[in-house]
Amino acid sequence: MKPPPFRYHDPDSVEEAIGLLGRLENARLLAGGQSLMPMLNMRFVLPDHLIDLARVEALRGVRLEADRARIGAMTVQRDLERDAALAERLPLVAEALRWVGHRQTRNRGTLGGSLCHLDPAAELPAVCAVLDAVVRVRGPGGERQLAFADFPLGYMTPAIEPDEMLVGVELPLWPRGHGHGFAEFARRHGDYAIALAAVQLALDASGRIARAAVAIGGVGPAPVRVQAAERALLGEAPTDAVLAAAAAACREVEAMDDVQVPGTYRRQLAGVMARRALADAVARASAQGT
Amino acid sequence: MMDSTEQTRDIALEVNGRAVAEQVPVRLTLADFLRQQLGLTGTHLGCEHGVCGACTVLVDGRSARACLMLAVQADGRTVTTVEGLAPADGPLHPLQQAFHECHGLQCGFCTPGMLTTLAELLAECPRPTEDEVRVAISGNLCRCTGYQAIVDAALLAARRMAGDAEAA
Repeated sequence: MKPPPFRYHDPDSVEEAIGLLGRLENARLLAGGQSLMPMLNMRFVLPDHLIDLARVEALRGVRLEADRARIGAMTVQRDLERDAALAERLPLVAEALRWVGHRQTRNRGTLGGSLCHLDPAAELPAVCAVLDAVVRVRGPGGERQLAFADFPLGYMTPAIEPDEMLVGVELPLWPRGHGHGFAEFARRHGDYAIALAAVQLALDASGRIARAAVAIGGVGPAPVRVQAAERALLGEAPTDAVLAAAAAACREVEAMDDVQVPGTYRRQLAGVMARRALADAVARASAQGT
Repeated sequence: MMDSTEQTRDIALEVNGRAVAEQVPVRLTLADFLRQQLGLTGTHLGCEHGVCGACTVLVDGRSARACLMLAVQADGRTVTTVEGLAPADGPLHPLQQAFHECHGLQCGFCTPGMLTTLAELLAECPRPTEDEVRVAISGNLCRCTGYQAIVDAALLAARRMAGDAEAA
């Protein structure tokens, strides 16, 4: 057998799962298994206990409220991708999800699993960054919420204590008529990004940029918001020069070198991806704006 | 080989239309369960870490990598492997027939995963574009065909399944 020996637990409530987490030594939570199972098969991780969240129904589902979407941590990526109501209000989510792995992995992989795994090149953390997501974390002392900006502590390290678990994510809605853009460069479809950009824009009645959010992923240890790019956009008409200035700001983000590509190449790609995502966002905002 | 410290569980599921009740080690993957315990060796194992797509099966009708699922997680579910696409003594599934006619396979290692993945696609999207077919099989590696014949086969099967007269 490929995975190492462990004891298997499959609680059906969050309370039970947190109880097990607190009580058991060297326990790991299993969400959709599309990252943890490969690590188990390769024996990169050797848990004594595996706590499978698949039966915790309360952690699944998307609920749209007046100003936000509430998404359970165990919501399967493919269900999120195909949620028509969510796609209408935040089309960025479905667009980004088409870049997440493949259909087979999205049928099992979850939003919460992706956020907690926190691969620097993963799409969903970048989406949460650009949408100012609020992350809900529960532990033995109850629930706390934190801004997604405070969620990555560093490379693949979420701000979750060992006795806590991610239970849900809230995505604040943008006004109708906003524009979104998502661009990614990877060697093959479904690979982790070498660089990606996620953009949200809203135009005012005069066609100037009233609100802008720009995130870059795959380049540094965790996805980042590029405030210099957002400043370059705010209050401006979305001309080529303005978009180019914002894209140039995206080339300044912290970049990692690895065996695939050097950091300088990632920074260059960050600018190109930002430029493409911005162009899409502007086109969509203009088309829909009031 | 199972030592006494190995935790096991009893699971009951439906595999290719047949009710199955088995005891499994909790760390056994669904792929190894299908191949080793049920003898359904049509599900191929390539990379065993979710990259190659050869072990793709349908779980409750949705494609999943059987190497990235534990057998215990299939408890209560319905699993379809390549062996379940067509009846044992009946005609081939339209996808299998089209793969045969279009030379959609050479060594055949990736074929079970291709077929199960495409079966899900055609169930959801009966008239896919060539691009949709290519995206659907983006998680299935083939080292023989260059994919072109596989795409041709998928599109032919789709036309036949959708009842297009000229494809018959």
